[in-house]
Amino acid sequence: MPINYYIYLSIALFCIGVVGVLTRRNAIIIFMCIELMLNSVNLLLVAFSKMHHMQAAATNATAGIDGQLFVFFIMVVAAAEVSVGLAIIVMMFRNVHSVDVNFLNRLKH
Amino acid sequence: MSVTEILFIFLSVLAVVGAIGVVVSKNPVFSVLWLILTFFCISGHYILLNAQFLAVVNIIVYAGAIMVLFLFVIMLMNLNADTEPKKNKWLKLVSVIAGGCMLLVLVAALKDAETAETLAQTKTGDIGLIEHLGNALFNQYVVPFEISSVLFLSAMVGAVVIGKKGD
Repeated sequence: MPINYYIYLSIALFCIGVVGVLTRRNAIIIFMCIELMLNSVNLLLVAFSKMHHMQAAATNATAGIDGQLFVFFIMVVAAAEVSVGLAIIVMMFRNVHSVDVNFLNRLKH
Repeated sequence: MSVTEILFIFLSVLAVVGAIGVVVSKNPVFSVLWLILTFFCISGHYILLNAQFLAVVNIIVYAGAIMVLFLFVIMLMNLNADTEPKKNKWLKLVSVIAGGCMLLVLVAALKDAETAETLAQTKTGDIGLIEHLGNALFNQYVVPFEISSVLFLSAMVGAVVIGKKGD
């Protein structure tokens, strides 16, 4: 499978995530779009690891394994990020009774 | 057209449709369900690339744990389409144009790149199996692995401190 197809797919998913962050005002959906962007990057890292493995497999049997481990660590950090981020959203909802991110401009007062 | 190509196109279309569904659906619960569809499609891509460990971890961690957490929070807040904050129509249009420009720039940059003949290995290769990943994780990457456990501990403490009632 040509690597270009995977890059195009990842670009499409990433840009949809960016559009979601820009268009929506619901904090939870903004958060989900960030997860979408993280996943598109994960997909691209796995595709690149297999591309590198195909080219360097003759000299190095585990070439490209670093890419897949990076994906593993991205998942670890994303899980930690989600737990803290959702706690922040719950706290915000408890204070202003809305998940509209525009209410966060009160923070400057 | 081979089976691999058909599967690739099917999973890609489904993933993009799911991603668009996340952005356009008014009800946050539907957004979560669309996102789970996208995650399953990405797991299908991992299986196609023979990265079986990551496929399973993606389903367990993302579709399992993180999305259930999102659903819990949405149901806890009793959000639905009526409480959805409204945004200016022109602002939405400008945002879509900005995202489309980013897509255009990236695709245009890739079109002339010298990667057209480079292939990604599908269905074969054993670097995605648990044995090899585990060997690399506990030899070369043992320090980041331990640091990530500290990160989890601090994230847990942080979530409890932020989320608890009263101050």
